[in-house]
Amino acid sequence: MKTAVVVFPGSNCDRDLAVALETVTGVKPAMVWHGDTDLPDGLGVIAVPGGFSYGDYLRCGAIAARSPIMRAVAEAAGRGTPVLGVCNGFQVLTEAGLLPGALMRNAGLSFVCRDVALTVANGDTAFTRGYADGERVSFPVAHHDGNYFADADTLDRLEGEGRVAFRYGEPVNGSARDIAGIVNAAGNVLGMMPHPERRIEAAHGGTDGRRLFEGLLETVGA
Amino acid sequence: MKLRIFVTLKPGVLDPQGRAIHHALGSLGFAGVEDVRAGKLIEMQVADDTDDAAIDAMCRQLLANTVIENFRVERA
Repeated sequence: MKTAVVVFPGSNCDRDLAVALETVTGVKPAMVWHGDTDLPDGLGVIAVPGGFSYGDYLRCGAIAARSPIMRAVAEAAGRGTPVLGVCNGFQVLTEAGLLPGALMRNAGLSFVCRDVALTVANGDTAFTRGYADGERVSFPVAHHDGNYFADADTLDRLEGEGRVAFRYGEPVNGSARDIAGIVNAAGNVLGMMPHPERRIEAAHGGTDGRRLFEGLLETVGA
Repeated sequence: MKLRIFVTLKPGVLDPQGRAIHHALGSLGFAGVEDVRAGKLIEMQVADDTDDAAIDAMCRQLLANTVIENFRVERA
C-alpha cells in the first residue's frame, strides 16, 4: 500500500510516522512537502504528523491548514482516502475544517509529556478495528494544546454517531468529555492527540499503537 | 489604512491563560479582579480600497477560529 506523510516546517514526528507506516506496509511512504500542490496517485493512507508546524504561530495548526498541500489532502479526504492526523496533525485537521471542534491550551497550562491510559471508545472505525470496544491501551502524549473543545450539540453528535474513537482514561488536558481522538462523519479522517506511532515496537515500551496501523492496512485492504 | 483586529475567546470557552493571569494578579496583592480573559491584537496595514467583505473573509478564514473565537475590527 502506498502512503504519504505530509511535512510542514516544524513537523517533528514525520519520520516516526513514516517508520510506523513502513513497518506495517513494507513500503516507504512518500514524504510530501507542505508547499507541494499534489499528492502522489493511488495513496492508501495520508498521515499528518505531530510537531510545531510554523512554530504554532497564530494558533496551533492554523498556518499549516492553509498551506498548498492541504487543499490536496482535503480533496483526497473528500474522495474517501483515509487521513490520520496525530497531535499537531489533529490540530491541523480541525483548523482545515476536516474535523469539527478545536484544540485549545491544556486546562492545566502545562505541556504534558507522558504515557496516558486511553479507552478505545469505538473499536469499529476504519482506524480502530485492531482494538476491542472499550479496550484500555497506553500511548504517549506530548502536547501543550490538546484540550478538545466543541459546542454541546457537536459533542452530542460525535457521541451519538460513534465518532469518538479514543477517550482519555485519566485527567490529561481538560478535553471535553475526555475526548482524545475523533473521526469525521464519513469515517475516513481520524484526528488524535496521543501518538500511536511511538508505540509500535517492544523497545518503545509497548506495541499498542501498532494495531492502529495494522487495522488501517486491513481496512484499506492492501 | 490601518486595521486593528481584536480576537477574543467566545464567552463560555474556558481560558486557562486568563485564569493564570487572574491568579498571578491575586498573588501580587491586587484585590477586586473578578475575571480575566486573554485575547490577541493583530495590527495590519492594508490598501485603502480594501472592502469590508475582504476584511471579514480574512478574519473568518485565518485570523480567528470562529469555533472558539470572536473578532472585532477597528479601522484607524
